Amino acid sequence: MSAREEILARITGALADSPVARPVPRGYLRASDTSTARLIELLTDRLADYKAHVDVVASAGVPGILAGLLAGAESYVVPSGLPDDWFAHPALEADGAPRRLRDDVSCPLSVAELDRASAVITASAVSVAESGTIMLDGSPAQGRRVISLVPDHHVCLVPASSIVHILPEAVARLDGTRAMTWISGPSATSDIELERVEGVHGPRRLDVIIITDK
Amino acid sequence: MSKVFIGMPPLPAFGSGNLNLTEPFPRAAARELGNQQLRSNLRHATHTIRDKRLKVVAELPDWEELRDAGSAIKESVMADLPALLERFEANFTARGGKVHWARDAAEANAIITELVRATGAQEVVKVKSMATQEIGLNEHLETEGIAAFETDLAELIVQLGHDKPSHILVPAIHKNRTQVRDIFLAEMPGVDPDLTNDPAMLAGAARSYLRSKFLTARVAISGANFGIADSGTLAVVESEGNGRMCLTLPETLITVMGIEKLLPTFADLEVFMALLPRSSTGERMNPYTSLWTGVTAGDGPQDVHLVLLDNGRSAALADEMGRSALHCIRCSACMNVCPVYERTGGHAYGSTYPGPIGAILSPLMTGIEAEENNSLPYASSLCGACFDACPVKINIPEILVHLRGKDVDSRRGRMKPPSQMDLLMKGAQWAFSSGTHLGLLEKGLPLGRLAAGRSKKIKHLPGLAARWTDSRDIPAPPPASFRDWWAKEHVPEAPITQQGGEA
Ligand code: SF4
Repeated sequence: MSAREEILARITGALADSPVARPVPRGYLRASDTSTARLIELLTDRLADYKAHVDVVASAGVPGILAGLLAGAESYVVPSGLPDDWFAHPALEADGAPRRLRDDVSCPLSVAELDRASAVITASAVSVAESGTIMLDGSPAQGRRVISLVPDHHVCLVPASSIVHILPEAVARLDGTRAMTWISGPSATSDIELERVEGVHGPRRLDVIIITDK
Repeated sequence: MSKVFIGMPPLPAFGSGNLNLTEPFPRAAARELGNQQLRSNLRHATHTIRDKRLKVVAELPDWEELRDAGSAIKESVMADLPALLERFEANFTARGGKVHWARDAAEANAIITELVRATGAQEVVKVKSMATQEIGLNEHLETEGIAAFETDLAELIVQLGHDKPSHILVPAIHKNRTQVRDIFLAEMPGVDPDLTNDPAMLAGAARSYLRSKFLTARVAISGANFGIADSGTLAVVESEGNGRMCLTLPETLITVMGIEKLLPTFADLEVFMALLPRSSTGERMNPYTSLWTGVTAGDGPQDVHLVLLDNGRSAALADEMGRSALHCIRCSACMNVCPVYERTGGHAYGSTYPGPIGAILSPLMTGIEAEENNSLPYASSLCGACFDACPVKINIPEILVHLRGKDVDSRRGRMKPPSQMDLLMKGAQWAFSSGTHLGLLEKGLPLGRLAAGRSKKIKHLPGLAARWTDSRDIPAPPPASFRDWWAKEHVPEAPITQQGGEA
């Protein structure tokens, strides 16, 4: 008997008493009608709690904020699907290689190139205000999972329309089969005497730009 | 549709690997109790996490409803496990993943070794995984000439310190910052000799040490927190980003998951991702959660494997009362509230799974008849705190009592001359069967006082009763029995005649 058959037979044997599970009571909150203003406020508060930096601006203000956040960066990675509009600022417009590095599934940056980059800018799919969680699902404006991991500084764009209040609302908006990363603050550890240290292996700095008119 | 089981009921197949006590809990506990550093570190850790947990749990108005849902979802998983496993396998495979089945620790280790060999790699990076610890994978790989690098900071401390984890969540909680610095200075190649004991500095040292490993590793091994049957998705929950490094950088990814970790649908994550981080670290959400379904073209490893592990889980499932122990999502909340764990620490439980859940899960997986683990169900005060804390409502105290009963039954079944316990019970039966008998025995009390000596404590009782005095002292008996005292103080009065009616 193969291991597969044997394990399945063991389990079937173990369930010889034919247990019948009760229906799952889903009495927990699954939807909310919180205002956008409140969602932005809550998400900002939660992210600050994780020691992430948050800017809240209308889309016209994004290039200026990005220029400021990237001022010290020698180079930064951008997924190919991220619109160039966000870089319409004198300090960013002229950027081409080597400062602005495009990453694409069809011509990916090498790990060594990612390791040398100072920062990365990505979009996001959905965010949960209540837990301060930003979800990336690998679509073109968010890029491969690894680009938001290796550079030490991650700047993440969050349109207000993509913020929900609670987790079930976010899960309903996601396609479970995509490769996903859920991010709640920068990398952190509490392994030594439970003292929280930001940044071990992932980006030590997370900046979030919440875009109010999107 | 009712399931009809035809044929011989198979004998339960118990697990092996790091599930057994190497010494009886009472002895290990007595030794660990002497470790002051361990006790104060543990106390600090468990109390801090406990308080954080209470705070974030109180923020959710629907916490109890979430627990209810979590418990019922897990119940449905157990009832429907064969179908869910097959569904998971079909979906994961359809998206380019490969599924392997392992009956026990040895088989899982052999499969993984084979998979690593096929890549030609001599070393692997690992993200913290209880399943791989359970099967003793690192040690096995070492004997096969493959180096396994733990990448979670605490696991790294434990690995470099040639030590064992003492807590599910904070495995190196028994080490303080100075001890960590000393381990790094002694064991970490290329470490800065001026390393201080500042946690940020220590984390930085781990970062630079592991960085090149991550960027060059060709094979990674992980565990999984959840496997979603309907989509064939795996999930890893972590904080540091070492998980993400392992899950996305190498060419080959091998994941080891217990068969019980399934959830039926993607939507069920909304329940468990609310329950797990809050119960575990007391955070609203852990910094990073990674989800992958088979292979994603152009993103992450293109050679993706899952080893589904039984190793005694089907045996635990066969115990109608104990099977709910398989609902455990390894949050460690039960440990942080357990008065026994707080004092003894995780090492005393011997197994990969310490604390209240370990006290039921290990003997369920190895069989209570395996004498190695039959002292574990007694490692509890039955105070019930673990049941209150458990996000999936596992009734640990009830299962402890159930297992104690099974342990006693299993001893009774063995053909043996009457044991001391049998004789003691016979004696007790005789003593309590009549007042005269009891009175006769009580005449012996002053003798006990003599045995206790000047300290007024009995430190050693003979025979079986020594198990009691091994872990506590008994105060000396009083000079006279209550019955004697009563008889002296009270002259008997005429008996009152029963009046009838309600007593
Ligand atoms: S038994 Fe419950 S409380 Fe303990 S680790 Fe498992 S899920 Fe958490």
